[in-house]
Amino acid sequence: MSPKELVGRVGLYVLISLITVFMALPVLWLLFAPFDASPTLSTSLPDWTGRNFGELLRNPDALPSIGISLVHALGTMALVTSFGALAAYALSRVKIPGRDGLLYALLLLSSIITGTAAMVPIFTLMTQIGLVDTQLGVVLVLTGGMLPTAIFILKDFMDGIPRSYEESARVFGASPLQILRDVVLPVVRPGLATIAVWTVVQVWGNFLTPFILLRQAERPAAVVVYTFYTEGGQADLGLISAFSLLYSIPVVAMYVFVNRRYGFRFHGGIKR
Amino acid sequence: MADIVLEQLVKEYPGGVRAVDGLDVTIEDGEFFALLGPSGCGKTTLLRSIAGLETVSGGSIRIGGRDVTRLAPGARDIAMVFQDYALFPHMTVRDNIAYPLKIKKVGKQERAEKAEETAEGLSLGGLLERRPGQLSGGQQQRAALARAVACHPQVFLFDEPLSNLDARLRLEARTFLKRLQRDLGVTTVFVTHDQAEALAMSDRMAVMEAGRIRQIGTPREVFQRPASTFVAGFIGSTPMNLLDATIDRDTVRVAGTSVPLPESARAHVRDGEEVVYAARPEYMTFSTEAADAGIEGTVAIIENMGVGSLVSLEVGATIVQVTVPEGQEPPIGSRGWAVAAPQRVLVYRRDDGELVGSERAPALAEA
Amino acid sequence: MALTASPPAEPAEAAGVTKSPAPQAATDAAGLGRARASVFVAPALALIAAFLVFPALWTLYLGITNYRLTGVAALRPRVVGLDNYARALGDPEFLNSLWLTLLFVIGSAVIGQCVLGFVLAWTLRAVPRTVRTVVELLVMLAWILPSSVVAFLWIALLDRDGGTLNVLLNTPGMAWLIEYPMLSVIIFNAWRGTAFSMLLFSAALNGIPPSQLETARMVGASGWQQLRDVVLPHVRGHILTNLLLISLWTFNDFSPFLITAGGPNGRSETLPVFVYNTAIPGGQLGFGSAVSLLMLLINLVLAVVYLRLLKQRRA
Repeated sequence: MSPKELVGRVGLYVLISLITVFMALPVLWLLFAPFDASPTLSTSLPDWTGRNFGELLRNPDALPSIGISLVHALGTMALVTSFGALAAYALSRVKIPGRDGLLYALLLLSSIITGTAAMVPIFTLMTQIGLVDTQLGVVLVLTGGMLPTAIFILKDFMDGIPRSYEESARVFGASPLQILRDVVLPVVRPGLATIAVWTVVQVWGNFLTPFILLRQAERPAAVVVYTFYTEGGQADLGLISAFSLLYSIPVVAMYVFVNRRYGFRFHGGIKR
Repeated sequence: MADIVLEQLVKEYPGGVRAVDGLDVTIEDGEFFALLGPSGCGKTTLLRSIAGLETVSGGSIRIGGRDVTRLAPGARDIAMVFQDYALFPHMTVRDNIAYPLKIKKVGKQERAEKAEETAEGLSLGGLLERRPGQLSGGQQQRAALARAVACHPQVFLFDEPLSNLDARLRLEARTFLKRLQRDLGVTTVFVTHDQAEALAMSDRMAVMEAGRIRQIGTPREVFQRPASTFVAGFIGSTPMNLLDATIDRDTVRVAGTSVPLPESARAHVRDGEEVVYAARPEYMTFSTEAADAGIEGTVAIIENMGVGSLVSLEVGATIVQVTVPEGQEPPIGSRGWAVAAPQRVLVYRRDDGELVGSERAPALAEA
Repeated sequence: MALTASPPAEPAEAAGVTKSPAPQAATDAAGLGRARASVFVAPALALIAAFLVFPALWTLYLGITNYRLTGVAALRPRVVGLDNYARALGDPEFLNSLWLTLLFVIGSAVIGQCVLGFVLAWTLRAVPRTVRTVVELLVMLAWILPSSVVAFLWIALLDRDGGTLNVLLNTPGMAWLIEYPMLSVIIFNAWRGTAFSMLLFSAALNGIPPSQLETARMVGASGWQQLRDVVLPHVRGHILTNLLLISLWTFNDFSPFLITAGGPNGRSETLPVFVYNTAIPGGQLGFGSAVSLLMLLINLVLAVVYLRLLKQRRA
């Protein structure tokens, strides 16, 4: 290695180290504070304790809010995956009049009508039709917002199934529904899993929609974490950090699962 | 078992393109029938129309006397093997083979037995629990065949069944497929773009171009007497010599030489008519000495073909090809004469490319 | 091979001649047909129409009313025409918010995420696998953690009294979120969203034929020259795609609210936060809708440019 190369190499590692510190620094608090007997906002090696988690179990809002998050995530996942798969399949295989325009419009809509840009009319709409303060309302709004992207990605998967699979089944006399059940859905399972995980991760972390739509009703973890104050009006850091850790574990686990099982396949914009 | 009768069959795509343009074909019961043609000639569309995967625009399809033109694919009692085999990747070989039976509501027990029996017959015995992805190309092909065989259809349809195999396996599979068809005696239509495959396997074949059938016949008929210059150019592993020529009374003037006019064409041409003189390189002999009715030229290229060589003679601006036996290749640049076996020579019309005197020559009656 | 069984029973219509022509046979691979396909598409389209398209269209109407959350205008909203828009365009708070959003997009997305993402994608190719795995995991972690959680992480990092940053920099009592609210939020978002750019650029860099880089190396190009002459021309399209997408997302990002709630004094109030603060706690639904519509229009421009590029590249 020439001296010039050596300098380059050292420079490279210094750069990577700096970035690593930048990326890691905020996360450390999440790892240490939950176990700290007297947590502060600073990151320090804790006096190890499980007390914060005990408090978490006793808190009347904490665990139920995880349950609400679960209801939102699973409900939205069920709707997005099933309706998305049906629509994507039909759009992939049948030339319905205006299909290409529809697909283009869907892509456009999903990128321009965001939760933030549409929060006022959504809030107004839900108030008018009485779905404000209901868990169903949250699920429906989330589903409507995520379906276009889901249809798009699923259609990609559906387009990848050789037509000969279906034609072959058809020659054997299988009905369209049998083909869907026996051939298409099993073959496209990785796509369904991708969408299911994507939906769950999105909904699990979504703050804005439940924040706006749920006032008196029970609220999911993303919102509830902002309500943990001690009697003195201070943020209850022990509780918040322990709760944050508990609340983060499922999405991290899911990421690891997907990464192992399917490899992290890159779909433009899958995260948001 | 059943014959297939196509009458005035038309498949027109939106925009007016006719992929199949008024075909009349009868495929006999138990026949192994090849549809041959270049890509885009409509052969696959025809096969898919018989399967019911394409809705025809006109005409009728009858299978075993039953009009199936408007029936769904599943109601036609056929089985199809696709080019990519279309084995379902999430099912084991056993489940793949049993799937059509499941659709036909055959009981679970019977399904399993039949799948096993069929697989055994196609030497897939030990592979029943594997997924298609774990099979070799040849095994996949046999699994796809087993799936077709297991449901005992009246007709097999094969879409380029061998094209996904590598060259050596393809030869084995040809023999295998031919024997399987013979044993089962099921009427079979297969599509191929490989003329050697069609010649080797079929009982009869149809050569297609632009949605029409240019010739139907046994492989021997089609090879020996192609009905048009198109068929002549398409059939044969070495391209047929197609040389512009002029009728000169009882002879043909071709590349500056007078050669005899074939018997079969004699009554059908005018003196002075412009024609195409055709002879296969295999039906010509090469001579290093001046030969009667031989076309003289310079040896330009020699291509080794294993058992012999293909010699290209330059005659002015035209090329005449002739095969020579092993070890008798002339030196490049030397003079030589190509002589056609008179009863093998064909004459085509220059304007439409049709064979002159299309009745079969008596000398070539099949053995 | 034993072939003992008879062919399966023929279906009923097989016995005789088919009398009535079958209904318009399906021409698609699965035999689905248009009618069934429409049924398949319907539920998804209904939900999208009701909860995505309709609200967007309704903004148009709400934006020209004086609709309020409470009071007389809540019961009987009055059409006020383009007043809301005129008011927004003349409102210093709105203009301030628009300016802050621009800073936010350029600072955190265009400069932060895009540059950092490219640097990561480029440098991580040259380091051992374990190093790469660790760094990638951290970058991904920042991206996948719920926004409520990461917001707290940053509040903790930047806190005035016991914040980790102050401990590290030895600047006790420095209130980053009050002194530099916009800068904090920008750096936060660069940290949060770099993963997407990194993934996209990694994929793009993997798509460069190794032979081209090898050729460049063979003629003696330096690392910098390779980057400029081989890599950049190759990933130019990806950079553009990436810029548009992350700009779009950053523009609509609500997470600054979770850290600063727009404060202090609107100094970090990006448009989404501004809309929320005016419309929902502020109750001015009509005015909020007008601003929402302006946001939708900006989104539309970005999205149309993006789709144009996408189409060009496919063609």
